[in-house]
Amino acid sequence: MSSLGISFAGIEKRFGSFFALRGISLQIHSGEFVALLGPNGAGKTTLLRIAALLAAPTRGKVQYTNTEHPSQPLDPSETKRQLGMVGHSTSLYDELTATENLTLFAQLYGLDDVSVRVANALETCGLGSRAGSLVRTFSRGMRQRLAIARALLHAPRLLLLDEPAAGLDRQGLAWFSATLENLREDGCTVIMSTHARNESLELASRAIVLAAGTVQDDSGPQGDPRRLLAALRRTPE
Amino acid sequence: MSTARFAAILLAKELRLEFRTRELLSATIVFALVIVVLFSFAFDPTAAESRRYGPGLLWISFLFAGSLMLNPSFARERLNDTMDALRMAPISPFAILSAKMFANFIFMSLVEVVLVPVFSVLYNVSLSGVVAQLILVLVLGTIGLTVTGTVFSAISSHARLRELLLPLLLLPILTPLLIAAVEATASLFVEQPELDRTWVALLAGFDIVFLTASWLLCDYLIEE
Repeated sequence: MSSLGISFAGIEKRFGSFFALRGISLQIHSGEFVALLGPNGAGKTTLLRIAALLAAPTRGKVQYTNTEHPSQPLDPSETKRQLGMVGHSTSLYDELTATENLTLFAQLYGLDDVSVRVANALETCGLGSRAGSLVRTFSRGMRQRLAIARALLHAPRLLLLDEPAAGLDRQGLAWFSATLENLREDGCTVIMSTHARNESLELASRAIVLAAGTVQDDSGPQGDPRRLLAALRRTPE
Repeated sequence: MSTARFAAILLAKELRLEFRTRELLSATIVFALVIVVLFSFAFDPTAAESRRYGPGLLWISFLFAGSLMLNPSFARERLNDTMDALRMAPISPFAILSAKMFANFIFMSLVEVVLVPVFSVLYNVSLSGVVAQLILVLVLGTIGLTVTGTVFSAISSHARLRELLLPLLLLPILTPLLIAAVEATASLFVEQPELDRTWVALLAGFDIVFLTASWLLCDYLIEE
């Protein structure tokens, strides 16, 4: 199956006079599982939003490469089709049911067998019994599981996760780690930001530390991320 | 899949969300009715005065109701950042914008369906014989109001004082539409009603200009 890589060249992002990112240059190869680490305000969310085409950099360039056609540039619509994101918010409609939310996004991605896919996604994330319930009746953890299911519905080849474990209980975290492991084995590129310790970080093949909008440390694609992850483990939460 | 197909999917979502809660519609209908009733108490107009001032009162009620109703159109997408998920989907931004425009047109039309008969009774204005022409004027005026209002709702949704900003931006822009709609409606409320086609043409022109502008600018309107 194809996979999507991404490269950032001299990315700068300013909000007025505040620099959220200062000259970020990174190449993330297809199939890598990157843990994006750093304290609050380091620029992790901004970098992920730029990667998700939700924000434009003030300066610099983002390029996507497809393993199947490495020399062929991807058009924005095709790039969007291969991107998935779980952000700070769930991006779900409170007044729609779990099924209606997933069906809406399945239709917008032009997927076939929508009802089967949606039912499978709900079963997989453990919300099959609440398929017809309004999202506003869900707990924080249930919403987060549904948000992850929504992001995975169209089988993205580059998955961007911004503090995805927020609100998940032990059972939810176990499901999430198993899902990420499957994605990694499937060759999906994953960039996951976090400022806290969680089990799914053990899956990372690379760790990048951001601080004050710059890359402070990078274990590299061939390096060992454990040194950086160990540093995160020692950081008090 | 075409932009029209995606717009239809998003329109169904807009209608489902509103008809499930009825928050926006019920508040807007009550607000519009209060304006019309208060004006009738304040002026206690005769039949001749109603024919003279009625069209203006009717359209000002629509405008105020519209500015109240259009504000949450984009603002409620910010609640759970649902706009992010829509913007990430591989669809044209015009599908998002046009779905909201069409939904607002339907909601505003429902407000008018309630308001016009109440206006007719309170102000003693007979609509018999002019219903078809009045519907034409209402449809053209409502298209202009909802297209422009949806565009400005998208612009103001990023602002902190968006509830204040939308009417400030919208009402001056709608002045030509208000004049044309009032004049066209007034031509139907006289003793020998005959629809003034000049004002109808101006209404249609306003609609075409703003629909075209929204189509050309939709990328910038939907982006962060």
